[in-house]
Amino acid sequence: MRIRFRFSKVGKVRFTSQRDVARMWERALRKARLPLAYTEGFSPRPQLSFGFALPTCAESIAEYLDVALDPGRPETASVDVYGLPSQLTPLLPEGITVSESAVVDPKSGSLQQQVTSCSWVMNFTDVTREALAERTAALLEASVVPIRRERKGREADDDLRPSVLALSVPERTDQDALVGWGLDRGNQPGVELIAELVTQPRGVRPRELVAGLVAVGRSPGWDGTRTGRTGVGQDEIGTLPVLDRACRTQQWIERDGARWEPLALRAIPSEPDRAVYASVRAS
Amino acid sequence: MESLWSRIEPLLSQVTKPARYIGGELGAQSPEHVDDSVAWLLVYPDTYEIGLPNQGLQILYEILNERSDAVAERSYAPWVDMEEQMRAHGIPFFSLENHLPARAFDVLAFNLSAELTFTNVLNLIDLAGMPVRSADRSLEDPLVVAGGHCAFNPEPLADFVDCFVLGDGEEVIGEINEVLAAWKADRPIEGGDAESGTREELLRALSQVPGVYVPWCYRPEYAEVGESEQEGEADQEGQAARDDPAGWSLPALVGTVPRFAETPERVEKRTIPDLGAWPYPKQQLVPLIEVVHDRLNVELFRGCTRGCRFCQAGMITRPVRERPAEQVRTMVSRGLDRTGYDEVALTSLSSADYSGIEDTVTSIIDDPSCSGQVSVSLPSLRVDAFTVGTAAQIQRVRRTGLTFAPEGGTWRMRQVINKLIREEDLYAAVDAAFSQGWRRVKLYFLIGLPTETDEDTLGIVTLARQCVEIGKRYHNSVTVIASVGGFVPKVQTTFQWFGQNTVEELSRKVNLLREAARRVRGLTIRWHDPKATAVEGIASRGDRRTGAVIEDVWRAGGTFQEWSEHFDLQLWTDALAAHGLSLEQAVYRHRLEDEALPWDHISAGLHRDFLWQDWRDALDAHGLEDCRWTPCYDCGACTGFGIEHVVASAVPPAGGSQGTGQDLSTGGQVPVRFLVTAPVGAGSATSADASPAISVGEGKG
Repeated sequence: MRIRFRFSKVGKVRFTSQRDVARMWERALRKARLPLAYTEGFSPRPQLSFGFALPTCAESIAEYLDVALDPGRPETASVDVYGLPSQLTPLLPEGITVSESAVVDPKSGSLQQQVTSCSWVMNFTDVTREALAERTAALLEASVVPIRRERKGREADDDLRPSVLALSVPERTDQDALVGWGLDRGNQPGVELIAELVTQPRGVRPRELVAGLVAVGRSPGWDGTRTGRTGVGQDEIGTLPVLDRACRTQQWIERDGARWEPLALRAIPSEPDRAVYASVRAS
Repeated sequence: MESLWSRIEPLLSQVTKPARYIGGELGAQSPEHVDDSVAWLLVYPDTYEIGLPNQGLQILYEILNERSDAVAERSYAPWVDMEEQMRAHGIPFFSLENHLPARAFDVLAFNLSAELTFTNVLNLIDLAGMPVRSADRSLEDPLVVAGGHCAFNPEPLADFVDCFVLGDGEEVIGEINEVLAAWKADRPIEGGDAESGTREELLRALSQVPGVYVPWCYRPEYAEVGESEQEGEADQEGQAARDDPAGWSLPALVGTVPRFAETPERVEKRTIPDLGAWPYPKQQLVPLIEVVHDRLNVELFRGCTRGCRFCQAGMITRPVRERPAEQVRTMVSRGLDRTGYDEVALTSLSSADYSGIEDTVTSIIDDPSCSGQVSVSLPSLRVDAFTVGTAAQIQRVRRTGLTFAPEGGTWRMRQVINKLIREEDLYAAVDAAFSQGWRRVKLYFLIGLPTETDEDTLGIVTLARQCVEIGKRYHNSVTVIASVGGFVPKVQTTFQWFGQNTVEELSRKVNLLREAARRVRGLTIRWHDPKATAVEGIASRGDRRTGAVIEDVWRAGGTFQEWSEHFDLQLWTDALAAHGLSLEQAVYRHRLEDEALPWDHISAGLHRDFLWQDWRDALDAHGLEDCRWTPCYDCGACTGFGIEHVVASAVPPAGGSQGTGQDLSTGGQVPVRFLVTAPVGAGSATSADASPAISVGEGKG
């Protein structure tokens, strides 16, 4: 049996890596005494499968995890799948809140295969809304956006443009949707950018989008970054945007010509007041 | 005091492994600081990944936070990239729980587990915004305390640390807290009566707590120039040729004496008589990121009576105190439930020697709640087939590799170091390991041991090659790793008088081994950098004058010396030279029987004449049996503290002490001389008259 979870990763815990999150989940699932299915071999591990890895330092309100339960164990049939979020959240570190769970068909493919793109809310400092909008427009108009990216420890030149599905700089920052998640941006006023980036055939990270936004501010003869009076880098458009925070808000699956989330969110759990959350879920 | 978090947070996306600095582990506490409680910042002076698992620090963290008059937070050495960011942005060394600046605490308490972290201690005091030297610090600065194994030679850090704590910390930390709380309550408001509440008053009060050493209350006395030359001449044989006369420019130490009437002449270590009374840590920290020893750790016993002569841990933690088996089981099952770990290590200096180890292990793996997915590890395996049988049972989940520590390449060498493992014991163990499915065996050895000949060194390859041959009987491809460390003589041990091998000599021996192992398929030699071994030797047995050297190296940027990418021998040799010292004098020189040692005023309970006799026995290749089940050798550890070995079962483990199969029902003659066994392969056991390469203090006893 395969169970899919949706969870968040916000606050201090965002400084941990995807590998760390996997290990936190392993420990939580063992603490919950779930009848996990293990891999074969000399070093058996629980079978956990995440989608496109969330970069260290990025936050998310849309993380997913598939967990295989051992069909040979009698407890598997009696697992209360819908009760798992309230059971697991207190067993995970602060900032990781499990919001949804459901049984999924193992034949439907892994998250890695299914998810085709992700939506992000990115917060920039040291840049005006107008300048960021200008960069955004330039990037969308460009036919090619050359960036250098690191792959398996080696740098390679790549074209970012086909990986960017949508970009927008909203008139007003509407953070209400994020407030319930404990995303504290109180003392970091900045400019917000909403982006949809592909994960197939290769995922694009927020940091690479920033590289693209910088790249479009330089004409072919550009000879390097100038440093302005404030000590912040500048190019032909203006000061370089500094990425303060990035939060993944959705992951998308394409099915029958429409976009779906792997598990839709029914209610925003209140974080960190998990007791309240548990009672909401129970009702 | 305000949290620094909002200033730290923006730096974290600029540094590697930012989660080192966030705290938030399972088991982490968020103590509320109130005026009349003593605030401790417990520091491990290496990276988070190395320091977090330290059980000593975790035990004290819990004990302090359970008190109503104390709060404790933790911190670790920020990696160089983070330190650079912190210094650039004016952020001081901070705690992980409340992200408070270190100077907001009353005490900075350092764990000293390794000499190469000493420069980090200075760096962290500096990063906290304090003068590194105790004498320059004021009432506004926290007290700097240090404990751990390296505290048994406190002198190299005596100028920087206000007080050292010797031995088990469980009881004494409370006593120190009480002294501090009382002093804090009496401390005058600024501009008030300067007579009471001075730093000197505090230090003198602390010096009255048993187990606490306050260096400021002691004065090292040195010989008049000229006296030391006589000692140099008295030193004979293999030693004289090695001594560089230029290395003798400093006068010899005569003694370290108390400055005040009430100051004790010798500071005895603290020993808790009953480990069962201290079931800590009760809430082991579970880190968010991967660290070393990332598993549940339950301490089986403290102390060791094997008597391996090179082993400081074994000597300074005597006597043996076992934890009751029932408590071990409870700590394991509660710990696994609480943490979600799938591995538990039963820790001690030689876990297979725990009385009733089989029953304990069986009850853990047969616990139905473990669902067959929990593996148990015994970090220090005894070398015998019986132990491998236990290991096969407990590592049925994950079978990665087995490690044995014969330490010496020949039987003669192992008699010298009192690691009484015979070739046949090792081969039986390795045979058992390979036949039960393991394909990788790791063997630990030391080189540069007293009386070592090239035959002894090359015996390492002989043993390892034979292990490869045994493995080939069972598998097409096997790996035997011989891990070779250079020996550093440690204080309060039998070998504290031994002159350490030079960098060149250790390098020569490493090359001998590499050359001999070159054509042996399946054998890999790994070795520790001989240069780092030399530097460990500087602090290991240095006197108070070594402090200036450590300070110089730190000022020259020499932090994280345990890390090969940051280690730099040149920094150390330059600093030694600047202070009239040399590796010859500080490290390579044999100490003499009547020489004043810089740690003579510090006691781990072991009588100096017992150690000297054991040293003479070692040079005669004369072994001593484990004293747990044989009559007492009167080393002093039990009698001095009025306690005895505490064992959970009166029955010695199957296989006999040290795996030698000795008959323990009758006890042995004291001391027991072990007969030389039949040679196994070339270059192993030698005749009893094999002359030791050195003969120290001959004619003086």
